Amino acid sequence: MNFKLKDIGPQLMTVIAVVLVFGFFTYNAQVNMENRGIDFGYGFLSQESSFDVQFSLIEYDGSHSYFRAYLVGLLNTILVSVIGIILATILGVIVGIARLSPNYLINKFAAFYVEFFRNIPLLLQIFFWYFAALRALPLPQDAEAMFGISYLTIKGLYVPAFIWQNFNIFFYSIVAAIIAIIVIRTRAKKLQENEGKQTPVLLISIGLILILPLLSFLIGGVRLSFEIPVLKQLATTSFIYEGGVSLPPELIALALSLSLYTATFIAECVRAGIQGVGKGQKEAAASIGLTPNQVLKLVVMPQALRIIIPPTTNQYLNLTKNSSLAAAIAYPDLVLVFAGTALMQTGKAIEIVSITMFTYLSLSISISLFMNWYNNKIAITEK
Amino acid sequence: MTKINFLKPDKSNLYTFLYLGSFLFFISVIDVLINSFFSLNITGFLPGFLSFFFPLVLGFIGLYFIRIELSGIKQLDLLNKHINTNNFNAVLSLLIIFIILKSIPPIMSWFFIDASFAGESKDVCTGTGACWTYIKVWIRRFMYGMYPNGEQWRINLSFIALALLGSVGYFATDRFKKYLTLYYVVIYPFIAFLFIFFFISGGPVFFDFSYGIIAAILSIIIGFFIPSKFKFYYFLIVPFALYILLKYFIFYEELIELGKLDGLNWVETGAWGGLSLTFIISFFCLIFCFPIGMAFALGRRSGFPLIRYISIGFIEFWRGVPLITVLFMSAVMFPMFLPADFFIDKLVRCIIAISLFEAAYVAEVIRGGLQALPRGQYEAAKSLGMGYWRMHIFVILPQALKLVIPGIANTFLALVKDTPLIFVVGLLEIVGMLNLAKTNPEWLGFAMEGYVFAAIIFWIICYAMSKYSYNLEQKYKTDR
Repeated sequence: MNFKLKDIGPQLMTVIAVVLVFGFFTYNAQVNMENRGIDFGYGFLSQESSFDVQFSLIEYDGSHSYFRAYLVGLLNTILVSVIGIILATILGVIVGIARLSPNYLINKFAAFYVEFFRNIPLLLQIFFWYFAALRALPLPQDAEAMFGISYLTIKGLYVPAFIWQNFNIFFYSIVAAIIAIIVIRTRAKKLQENEGKQTPVLLISIGLILILPLLSFLIGGVRLSFEIPVLKQLATTSFIYEGGVSLPPELIALALSLSLYTATFIAECVRAGIQGVGKGQKEAAASIGLTPNQVLKLVVMPQALRIIIPPTTNQYLNLTKNSSLAAAIAYPDLVLVFAGTALMQTGKAIEIVSITMFTYLSLSISISLFMNWYNNKIAITEK
Repeated sequence: MTKINFLKPDKSNLYTFLYLGSFLFFISVIDVLINSFFSLNITGFLPGFLSFFFPLVLGFIGLYFIRIELSGIKQLDLLNKHINTNNFNAVLSLLIIFIILKSIPPIMSWFFIDASFAGESKDVCTGTGACWTYIKVWIRRFMYGMYPNGEQWRINLSFIALALLGSVGYFATDRFKKYLTLYYVVIYPFIAFLFIFFFISGGPVFFDFSYGIIAAILSIIIGFFIPSKFKFYYFLIVPFALYILLKYFIFYEELIELGKLDGLNWVETGAWGGLSLTFIISFFCLIFCFPIGMAFALGRRSGFPLIRYISIGFIEFWRGVPLITVLFMSAVMFPMFLPADFFIDKLVRCIIAISLFEAAYVAEVIRGGLQALPRGQYEAAKSLGMGYWRMHIFVILPQALKLVIPGIANTFLALVKDTPLIFVVGLLEIVGMLNLAKTNPEWLGFAMEGYVFAAIIFWIICYAMSKYSYNLEQKYKTDR
């Protein structure tokens, strides 16, 4: 590194300016907190929270600590993000491919969907689904059963719960199947590279993933039963479903609007990716005798994925960050539970807002690190 | 005449297939059409399950019959090429046609036929359609928030004047074209600020804000005359010095008091709201986030490691957190970081927070443009003896910004779509006002109308913006 004196000046000035601004803020914060008699510290996390959360994945009530409340919020955020990402990816890929369809009607229909949903603010869409659309659903006592086992009502979606016996054996069988598939895939690839033999990997994979869990039922003593939600009368006009799993309408509205909104962006990424693969590539692949399916699988998709993944990662990040809009419809996510209720109760603004921001930062960074790793894995390895 | 094979339509029996297929297709469409528009089910004699799929099956067979390659009839070939390439596409096309036919009558009747437009109270809304009376009664609240009815001409006047002043660029003659950048970057925002300060606010809302703006504008204007060697130091010191000078030594508040218009009441920012607040916030954030973002984009590409790391830290921090937590921060945390006697208005804090947030996205977009420029451009500019600032202002940035017009337009679109989030700090723009109106006991149950109304407005704004950016992109496209 060549050291130059004239380089130091601007850098030093910038650093001094940044330090001055931060120093000013910290000093003021200290003075303000002293004046108001607030002490700084993260000790409150272990105190009893004494507020309740409507929907949580882990056991929680008022007697648990603030840290537990934080975990509840975080898990709820992750839950809605994961649901949203899965739905948005499926929908986005379908719409993106439909945008390229030679069929005029499908093409225009997909274009209409994209232009319509991405030009309306997400918050408005969440409000629409939650306050307008889902409010039109029937009351629990009037709800019609879907497939006889689940009920969509104004109070949420009730679906059967799985009750497992020896769940761990079932879980291990799936893990074993996945490991076996990975081993077989690598061996098959090697075999093809060395000897040119092709193995029906897909068939073997499907077989493994079906047979191993089936064996766990037959031999391993795994039992699965369903708990179907049952209507129960609380008062003369108040009904509720008991048993099963209930998904609150907040979660449904949020997941629905997040995925509908983000899918439009993913669709555009997919379209750009597939269009980005040169026409010559497809023609060359067809001319060496590959079938259309092989062209798609071996030539187009690997190249398109390279273009699709980086912007799609960004969309996943956006979706995760947008899930914080949950606070607007009182879905108990991280922002509502922690930066809302907990902050109101403790008054520890700086600590709580900083923890919340840090959490989102680490969520974002971990998603982008994972996607960077995946992106590097499929990137062109130039020799 | 050859034997007809119904499983394989071919050209030899073209007209047989064409008439038969068209007839079947026509029947299926008519069935759905009558069913949805006149609620008549002409296939009602069939069992329920079959009656549901009947038009689809009929239409599918019809489309199968008319799928004859190179028939020689132009319209038929076009039809086959566009909606009837294979079985799968035929089914999808039919489904879409049926969905459109099925959804038109309910939508039309909700929007227009059964909707109520007249009247002034909830009582007229007895139909099954939308209650546009609700929008009509509340329109002033949705547009202007809690701004007093008698004063709303001030907002209208400001917006009309600013729109006129903004369109100056279209009418500028060649002689004045070269001043347009200066006009739009420095003078126009200043005029806009004065309008909003004097007309819309009419009070001491933007005091501290205005020191900052005036200091920044003065230092930018003087900055044009500073040799490029000292520009960096100049921009680090002078704006802050000017700010302190204005705030503590020159009695600027009295100047403002002097310049204040008599007869205009002060309307505090808490009462601002509705669509006009959306415009005000978008406008200011747009103006501020662009230069900040540009500075950080240059910082991230800077040769000085410390400046680069600071810029990276800034950009990644803002990009990693959701806007809602940033607004939370501006609402509950930011006041703690300021001296006790130092009060910044809620709206101003909001604008600062959104501007910093969007600036990080703008920075990334501009960085993309800077990276896309070939090295030769930098080297050519340097070989002409240009310094850092001269090179960037005259050679690099004009080209880079042209490249990133779509990206910047997308960021601005995101900015407009993010403005409803200010409900977090208690400011109510149009979506917030809708939520407020929805809970009014006199007007319960009209959430749908409100949201549809706001959705239409936002959709028009955003769609127009994206089309405009596309035009801009085409206009400034240069072959390279």
